[in-house]
Amino acid sequence: MADNEYPHEHGHSELGEMDLRVRALRTVLTQKGYIDPAALDVVIESYETRIGPRNGARVIARAWVDPTFRRWLLQDATAAIASLGYVGMQGEHMVAVENTESLHNLVVCTLCSCYPWPVLGLPPIWYKSAPYRARAVRDPRGVLADFGVALPASTKIRIWDSTAEVRYLVVPRRPAGSDHMTEDQLAELVTRDSMIGTGLPGTPDVTP
Amino acid sequence: MSYKIQADLGGQTGYGPVDCEHEDGAFHAGWEPQAMALMLSMGVTGAWNVDMVRSVLESLPDYSKLSYYEKWIKGLEKLLIDCGLVGSDEIAAAHMLRPPLPVTHVLQAADVPDVLAAGASTLRPAVNPARFAIGDRVRMRAALVEHHTRLPAYARGKIGRIERVHGAHVFPDAHAQGLGENPQWLYTVVFRGSELWGGEGSPGLSVSIDAWESYMERLT
Repeated sequence: MADNEYPHEHGHSELGEMDLRVRALRTVLTQKGYIDPAALDVVIESYETRIGPRNGARVIARAWVDPTFRRWLLQDATAAIASLGYVGMQGEHMVAVENTESLHNLVVCTLCSCYPWPVLGLPPIWYKSAPYRARAVRDPRGVLADFGVALPASTKIRIWDSTAEVRYLVVPRRPAGSDHMTEDQLAELVTRDSMIGTGLPGTPDVTP
Repeated sequence: MSYKIQADLGGQTGYGPVDCEHEDGAFHAGWEPQAMALMLSMGVTGAWNVDMVRSVLESLPDYSKLSYYEKWIKGLEKLLIDCGLVGSDEIAAAHMLRPPLPVTHVLQAADVPDVLAAGASTLRPAVNPARFAIGDRVRMRAALVEHHTRLPAYARGKIGRIERVHGAHVFPDAHAQGLGENPQWLYTVVFRGSELWGGEGSPGLSVSIDAWESYMERLT
């Protein structure tokens, strides 16, 4: 029995039950030939190792150092991002939106969990949570405060609610004092949250 | 017909702060990556489309009590049972009790990179010219509908401005109900915070949604 494979400290805990339920489903779907279990492993590995926010960081760093690429990214993000090799599922229709001194962009999906997978990977738990989805469109400054971000009162805030298949990537402002940095070094400053709009990029080391 | 969307959270109050410190990863537990991969793999079979998935998930009666991937597993089970691909008795027994039904495609390990890279564009050839142009003022549909839709409640009846035109895309309201793709023009519509939230709208706030043509009418 599959039960025997799962030690339960407190009888059938919530996680234990879900473990069993998923195991059961996986077994039935495999026996029916609807899935290849080896494919599940490749899917998981793809999002653990290959498809994540470092991809987006490379896009942003390129935009920071290459004005032609930046213009392309803002005009046709799908093509510009594809030129760096980041394409596909949940990133078929990309739009890049640029933060400026007077405007800050923030991305949410109030209806479910739409997120640009090819450049950011799978969404963090908070992005899919009720508090974020409920409040981002109404009280973005409150949400930003939860993330430790305070913007000047004069900064306009634009929320992009991902209600269709368009996926949004925020282009954060290049940090001051980063003029000496290479594209690779700049990519290290680009955080996942800065590309959602809930964070700002890191600051350069004082010593070059 | 009764269809209740449990997932339309935009603008609702009372959920408290965002737990961004404790909930920073993509997964809570070891079974969750499996749940993600199962849903993705079964999506490739062609037994249903992404709008049907969203429809099933958003209308789960215990939506608000379930964790994210619990919704995916409950939703996946419901899709499988509704399509006749798997029986609830088979899930309970944890093994196959009846022969499978044919599916169009089975995702093989070697094909995963190509399938992920291909994605599934929703852009379709337009069958009619776009009714709206950038800058047009529009009012969003106020009426409730009793089926899957992607017009969030907070925008119903609100006045916005067309900001971007995205071409014709598969229309989720129809697609989710198995009524075909019925592509419609898709627009980014932007609203002032004060239009959405009245007096409490933060100054300098604007919010946009992506909305299909039939969600709105021109304001004259």
